[in-house]
Formats: sequence, structure tokens, C-alpha cells
Amino acid sequence: MIVQGLLFYLFAAVAIASGVMVISARNPVHSVLFLIVAFFNGAGLFLLLGAEFLAMILVIVYVGAVAVLFLFVVMMLDINFAELRQGFLNYLPIGGVIGLLLLVELVLVVAGWGMAPGATAAAAAPAPAIDAVTNTRALGALFYTRYIYLFQTAGLILLVAMIGAIVLTLRRRKDVRRQDIAAQVARGRTVELRDVPTRGGV
Amino acid sequence: MLQIGLGHYLTVAAILFTLGIFGIFLNRKNVIVILMSIELMLLAVNINLVAFSAFLGDLIGQVFAMFVLTVAAAEAAVGLAILVVYFRNRGTIAVEDIDVLKG
Repeated sequence: MIVQGLLFYLFAAVAIASGVMVISARNPVHSVLFLIVAFFNGAGLFLLLGAEFLAMILVIVYVGAVAVLFLFVVMMLDINFAELRQGFLNYLPIGGVIGLLLLVELVLVVAGWGMAPGATAAAAAPAPAIDAVTNTRALGALFYTRYIYLFQTAGLILLVAMIGAIVLTLRRRKDVRRQDIAAQVARGRTVELRDVPTRGGV
Repeated sequence: MLQIGLGHYLTVAAILFTLGIFGIFLNRKNVIVILMSIELMLLAVNINLVAFSAFLGDLIGQVFAMFVLTVAAAEAAVGLAILVVYFRNRGTIAVEDIDVLKG
């Protein structure tokens, strides 16, 4: 229990510190790298909560795909980031006030929160004991039975996003000569005899 | 102190969510950092969902967190694609210049 508590504080502190660095780093590449650190620590928190499957998904999807996508875009675009940071300090007071207000409100909600009696008994899908069924198997049993339509819809959303991203960023370049197999196959006479003049060439 | 309850996780999520909002205010000119702040806020939401799921003993929260993750990944991909196309056409991504999306 003591180890779990210490680990919680470690993960939480590093996640919050890297969250601060994400929004305040001078260089967007550093922001992305700190975002990766924040996601790793979020995955650690998930592990402490017993949600192993989501922790691994977070590492694979976010660190492996989304953060790398961010890194790719930040490095690909040739942007003067110093110019974009102008006015950083102008927005600090108003942003700080609104952020502080929101944080106080959220903490008040958390402090005044209490679980209704019988809330655990009303669970829609009670989690099975961890030593009987693993988290991944229990989630899969839900995904592929009760939530199969939602699961398929999620896949459809990803497909649409993939096609959308490809359609948006694909560009036909005029100066590149591509192999056009259809045109080659559709050629009529592929073999012909020609009378080539001496020293002339075709 | 070392007994970790639901409130601890909710507090961490609240702080991360606030950091995301703060980041949007702070980096008003840089769309990429705004997108990263949104990812931070979605992470906070996921921590909330999973924490409630664990402490209530109900797996639905984790199912929902998974769907949030899916939509967040799709959103990041499409958003960054739009950003790349915009930069290719206009040569800038400063937020105050992005008032017309028409190519």
C-alpha cells in the first residue's frame, strides 16, 4: 500500500510538471516531448488503478502514434515559433485568473463530492475480480458483446479520419513522371516492325 | 496520507484539465500547442473516467475512456492534416491569420 501511494505521488507529480512544461516550453518540439512524458505518467496512473489494457493502449496510441504525428508536423512546418510566442505574457494574467477560478471550482466539486449509498450495487457492468478474469479479457467481453455496435462505430470513425487525413494532405505533383500502368496496358500495337535508316535511330 | 482514494485521482485530473485550459489561453497564437493542450485535457478526462471505473467497480468507465481515446486520435490526425494543408497554402499558422479556411 505504501509503495502504491508513493508511486501515485511520483506519477502525479511528474504528469503535472510535464503538463506545465507542455504549455510553457519555448520550443514546440520540447512541448511534444513533455506531452509524451505526461502520457507515460498517465499510463502509470491507469496501471495503479488496475486498468492495464487502457494503460497499454495509451502508450501505444498516444506515445506511438499521436505524439509522433505531432512531432512530425512540428518539424515539417517551417514556422518562426518565436514570433508565435509574442504576447505570451499579455495573456498570462487573464489566463491565470480563469485557470485559477476553474481549478478552485473543480477542487470544490471534488471536496464536496460523496458517493451515493448503493452506487456500487448499481454498476451497469460490474468488474470481475482481478484474480479471476484479467482486465483485458473483461473489457473484451464487453466490447465484443454489449458494445459491438459502438466498437464498430469507433473503427469507422478511425477509418474516416484516416481517409480524411490522406485526402487532405495528398497532392498531385505535375513535375513528377509516374508509371501509368493502365496506359501501358491499353497501348494497341505493342510490337511493330520499322525500317530504321542506317545511323538514324528510331 | 499514503492511502490513495478517488479524490486524489480526481484532483490530479482537475489540475491537468486546468493546465490544458491555461495552455489555450497562454499560447493563443500557436495552433499546435493549442492542439496539445486539448490532448492534455482529454487525458484528464480519461483519468477521471478510469478512476471512477476503478473505485465504483464498473467497467463501463473504461469502455467509455477507450472511445474517448479513439475520437481523440481521430481528431488529432484530422486537425494536423488541416494544419499541414493550411500551411502549404498560406505559409503561416498564426491563429489570427486563420480567419478564412477557404483554400
